[in-house]
Amino acid sequence: MRELKIFDKAVNVKRLLMCLYIFLAVLLVADFFIHKHGHFPWENAPEFYAVYGFLCYLVLIVLAKALRRIIKRREDYYD
Amino acid sequence: MISGLPPALLFLAGAALVPLLPQRYKQAFMLALPLFALYLLYNTPLGTYWSFSFLDYQIVLMKLDRLSRVFAYIFLIISVIGFLFALKVEDDLQHSAALIYAGGALGVTLCGDWFSLYVYWEFMAVASTFLILARRTPAARAAALRYILVHLFGGLLLFAGIMLLLAGGGPIAIGALKLDSAASWLIFLGIALNAAIPPLHPWLKDAYPEATPTGAVFLSAFTTKSAVYLMCRTFAGAEVLIWVGAIMTIFPIFYAVLENDIRRVLSYSLMNQVGYMMCGIGIGTTLAINGTVSHAFCHILYKALLFMAAGSVLTMTGRSRCTDLGGLYKTMPLTAVFCMVGSASISAFPLFSGFVSKSMIVSAAGLQHLTTIWFMLQFASVGVIDHAGIKVPYFTFFGHDSGIRASDPPWNMTWAMGIAAFFCLGIGVFPQPLYDILPFAVDYAPYTGAHVVGQLQLLLFGALAFVLLIYSGYYPAEIRAINLDFDWFYRKGGRAFYRLVDWSLNGINAASDRWLVNGATGAVNRFARQAPAVVSKLVLVPVWWLFKVRGWPLEQRKRALERGFARGALPVGVGALAAAVMLIVLYLLA
Repeated sequence: MRELKIFDKAVNVKRLLMCLYIFLAVLLVADFFIHKHGHFPWENAPEFYAVYGFLCYLVLIVLAKALRRIIKRREDYYD
Repeated sequence: MISGLPPALLFLAGAALVPLLPQRYKQAFMLALPLFALYLLYNTPLGTYWSFSFLDYQIVLMKLDRLSRVFAYIFLIISVIGFLFALKVEDDLQHSAALIYAGGALGVTLCGDWFSLYVYWEFMAVASTFLILARRTPAARAAALRYILVHLFGGLLLFAGIMLLLAGGGPIAIGALKLDSAASWLIFLGIALNAAIPPLHPWLKDAYPEATPTGAVFLSAFTTKSAVYLMCRTFAGAEVLIWVGAIMTIFPIFYAVLENDIRRVLSYSLMNQVGYMMCGIGIGTTLAINGTVSHAFCHILYKALLFMAAGSVLTMTGRSRCTDLGGLYKTMPLTAVFCMVGSASISAFPLFSGFVSKSMIVSAAGLQHLTTIWFMLQFASVGVIDHAGIKVPYFTFFGHDSGIRASDPPWNMTWAMGIAAFFCLGIGVFPQPLYDILPFAVDYAPYTGAHVVGQLQLLLFGALAFVLLIYSGYYPAEIRAINLDFDWFYRKGGRAFYRLVDWSLNGINAASDRWLVNGATGAVNRFARQAPAVVSKLVLVPVWWLFKVRGWPLEQRKRALERGFARGALPVGVGALAAAVMLIVLYLLA
């Protein structure tokens, strides 16, 4: 069986992440050149979606980790 | 006239035929049947067909309008894809069950009266159970039992609601209802259970991950989305759904972050997506309904695609837990690519299908200035990119190398995924054909500069947070564990409740004696045996009472019900019972 090994090399993972960072920078710049027509005033604020997306992700993970302390059980809990 | 033939009847007849056909013709038959039904539907003008009087009621087996047609289209398309995916499964039970199940969903969508709807509803409940049972593991059997009990309860709610509606002089024809009477609330709850609205949701995440690899594909499409259709038909604009839907988009994403089994992650993700649809139905404007219907259409395709990818992994490796998987892209590159197309679609990346449908619902919320709802929906969008967009492909196909070297699945499974992926991309790039078949004329442009950049920022800065969290080691590790959900109440709480009643009614001595003699297994068995009758009585007695059945006749009916359950003759309609008998025979024979 033929095996792909592209991500076994750390340099390829780095390249992929670099692409992501560059694209993020492009998005931040593009934000100033588009015509905005949001339903709410804050949608028209600069970089609103970038900030909201990033913060939401952090909040989600922090809350999920807190939730895990309460709801986690062994796999045979119901058996 | 053959063009008005209800596809449901075609599928039910096909289900009876499947076990009789030789393997080679069976495969061609299973593909040809939904394709033929699709061809017929395409050539059927909008209108009412197969309508007749029964007693004083007008039964309508085929009522094609713009709302039912788009759902019928997608149910048939996903049938073609699902049967292609399941083509090499040598188990008549699964094929027949899937055909009856799909037929039930098509029947619910296309019938025009409450009687037919209830019969098809029970067909779906019974047939879908066998797609779980067919896994033939103890865990699947237990999950299937819980699943059917919950759905019989939901069916009884619906049935009680329909009876009350008709008794109150309501129309037999299915139409818009207002949440102002016991009848409409019972119907609402019956539909809500199938739509997995919390707290009526845990059956979904309990049962779907236990289904067969191919069965889960059908399960992911029909039960919840036929409920979405019916909710659209009956309760569009019911404001309670706005909040219910928004909450439903949010709470499953926390579970999806923590869950270990990828098919369970996808199950939570399914609820999250149906949450958007419920919210859209609650908003009820033409844009919101169009958004809901188009989102259901796209969702069926990408969710089936994700379940097919997970099913391929399960088929080829025998594993479905994140802790057991990783690095599979090396030898399953096609599955990995198709999975990522599904991930991009559900995350609503521009050029993928979720982008052109979900945004209509979010925009509708914005147009109505529902500020809190709008923030909740956007928060949930970030949640989707976490669990379905990143977690499922990352921990399955990348992440740490599990050492498993399984190949891509057989051609039919690969092609089924490829076709679904093609639709996901096709709709994302050319949404117009989908917009053309929506219930209302579409005045919406998804591809504006602000929308594309805003959505990409929202998703990719979320992805940036993932990169930072995973490198810092803060991202919650995958662990072998389960997470408590509302099913605790009937899995643990039900037993505890039973024990409490048992104890208080029989006295300490008798109870402790029974406890020592029979042990916990006896209690569980008795509970499982008696629960359906008790639950049904709880629902039906008030209904009978309202119908002025009191005193001795009431006692007689109660006893008849108990006897029925004791013999296993559940009141699900003769047709559904026949289907059940046939499936049981197939289950025992195989």
